[in-house]
Amino acid sequence: MMTILGIPTQALFGQLLLGLINGAFYAMLSLGLALIFGLLNIINFSHGALYMMGAFVAWLALNFLGLGYWPALIVAPLVVALVGIIIERTMLCRLYKLDHLYGLLLTFGLALIIEGLFREGYGVSGQPYSVPKELAGGWNLGFMFLPIYRGWVVVASLVLCLGTWYAIEKTKLGAYLRAGTENPTLVQAFGINVPLMITLTYGFGVALAAIAGVLAAPIYQVSPKMGSDLIIVVFAVVVIGGMGSILGSIVTGYMLGLVEGLTKVFYPEAASTVIFMVMVVVLLIKPAGLFGKGA
Amino acid sequence: MVMKRLLLGAAALALSTGMAHAQYSDGKVKIGVLTDLSGTYSDLAGKGTIVAAQMAIDDFGGKLNGQTIELISADHQNKADIASGIARKWYDTEQVDVIAELVTTAAAIAVREVSKEKGKVDLVSGAASTPLTNDKCSATGFHWTYDTYAMAVGTGDAVVKSGGKTWFFLTADYAFGHNLQAQTERVVKANGGTVKGAVKHPFPNSDFSSFLLQAQASGAQIIGLANAGADTINAIKQAKEFGITQAGQSLAGLLVFITDVHSLGLENAQGMMLTTGFYWDMDDQTRAWSKRWSEKMGGGKMPSMVHAGTYSQVLHYLKSTAAAKTDEGIKVADEMRKLPIADFFAKNGKIRADGRMVHDMYLAQVKKPSESKGPWDYYKIVRTIPGDEAYQPLAESTCPLVKK
Repeated sequence: MMTILGIPTQALFGQLLLGLINGAFYAMLSLGLALIFGLLNIINFSHGALYMMGAFVAWLALNFLGLGYWPALIVAPLVVALVGIIIERTMLCRLYKLDHLYGLLLTFGLALIIEGLFREGYGVSGQPYSVPKELAGGWNLGFMFLPIYRGWVVVASLVLCLGTWYAIEKTKLGAYLRAGTENPTLVQAFGINVPLMITLTYGFGVALAAIAGVLAAPIYQVSPKMGSDLIIVVFAVVVIGGMGSILGSIVTGYMLGLVEGLTKVFYPEAASTVIFMVMVVVLLIKPAGLFGKGA
Repeated sequence: MVMKRLLLGAAALALSTGMAHAQYSDGKVKIGVLTDLSGTYSDLAGKGTIVAAQMAIDDFGGKLNGQTIELISADHQNKADIASGIARKWYDTEQVDVIAELVTTAAAIAVREVSKEKGKVDLVSGAASTPLTNDKCSATGFHWTYDTYAMAVGTGDAVVKSGGKTWFFLTADYAFGHNLQAQTERVVKANGGTVKGAVKHPFPNSDFSSFLLQAQASGAQIIGLANAGADTINAIKQAKEFGITQAGQSLAGLLVFITDVHSLGLENAQGMMLTTGFYWDMDDQTRAWSKRWSEKMGGGKMPSMVHAGTYSQVLHYLKSTAAAKTDEGIKVADEMRKLPIADFFAKNGKIRADGRMVHDMYLAQVKKPSESKGPWDYYKIVRTIPGDEAYQPLAESTCPLVKK
């Protein structure tokens, strides 16, 4: 059997695929963050908490309303987007003219409060959520056993990420959005409701986090800590990709999933730090990030 | 003359009652519960241990030789520096006499150092690692509920004897994980098994698929999970997802609490062997205590061994303090070693020179969903492991207090 650095190539394929799956979560979460930062100038630290909330809404819907996985995939993002919109309208909208630091502090505080509330209500061990029947089981790919559900996560994430990128960069609505953040007064003069557009953008950004949360529910335990475990890594992804760059966050998300996957094979002890090492190197060479514009 | 005698008598009386009081510093006995109230271990320890400690105080009668018993608590966030900071503050300025619970090895060891320096008693329930009764032992420090040695003896031995000869470890990359893996390896090898490899994963970690595939590739019969809490839960769940358990490899959870089993659900956890120091549904006494605890926690939960152990240790401390007629750490500790422990948690417990409270442990198997009558009806007790067999022999202890 062929080997690369002592690891059979077959096993390596499996590990790369797993890296890609984890990258799918990084991409979805960092995309929402990049969107919110790019268009609202807010460093949204509550993103992880809203991701967790998405997973919890799915769990609550299943256990109290009898709503299964597929309806949850629609209901959870809507509920979380609504929460996001309330946060934006009542709090965040007061901070746009201030330094980034204020938005960061506010959203960080909100994240702690949301996490604390769920912890108080449901404890930390987490709640079980089963893989939907349609996606149970797996395929034997020869080099590894791929659970169908994980394959679905990658497909769903790719569709969402590319769809969002297309909407922002290639459609008229996206053009309004970008123009609205560049020069709100002028765009408003053309009869476009800029504050509403901004609010909806925030709602969409956090809805992405909620979808990621629902997708994650059957893989990880639905636990109040699931967001804070992930959020720091996702921020590193955004920084590496270039703050506010949509395409950058998507590509970097998948890429770092792969890097992390390889580290888990060759030197597992460093798996949780490798992303930050990449971040340091990228910031030294390209301070604006891989896809960032200007410094 | 009579007057003189009376005066002398009165003086002597005053002196003697004064001395009796002086034996309890500050006119009270104050117990501090230091635990994880918000992190990974807050379900298996956390608030439930404060409730358990309060139950011990109430059951003791709330007063000790006329002194009031007070309880305070704090969150050490699983961090050694925070734990030692709180311990120092409690001993120096808040008149705390004893610190109980102490989940997380690093936090327990940090508090052990402070307690030793101040001559105060520390009672460890939630932390797992054996150094607490080896090179980190102290004359006033006690390890109560379980330890990695007992876990390894219980689960490791049972699994190897039932045919699981080849092992691969998934180990949390910190002191506790390394300690648990080392203890289990020892038992596996002593029983004629072999270790095919191990992977150290970051702590905490949520995606175990990569490590599980490495374990699968090793071809080992048993994948030993030398981790705890959310890490163990996610590893078990994902092993099922990736078809590893269905393909014939078995998982051995080396430290599994009933709160983990509850979180996983029986569908995911069924058949797993585990070692525990306590199960709520063993006899009338354990059921009665657990029911009371559950009511105080607002219902819907059953206690873990850490909760029950905290009750047992606090109660034993109070009994010993009453018997020693003082709250001076070293004297209470001597009394604690003398008194046997007999409560619902430890039927025939005793404390050794190294501070280890030796009591029976239980090998349990998680029930199938069809065998369970409802929530928290999770374990079948397969075997009672006598305390002397479960815990490290005193002769092997590296604790300097053990005379050889």
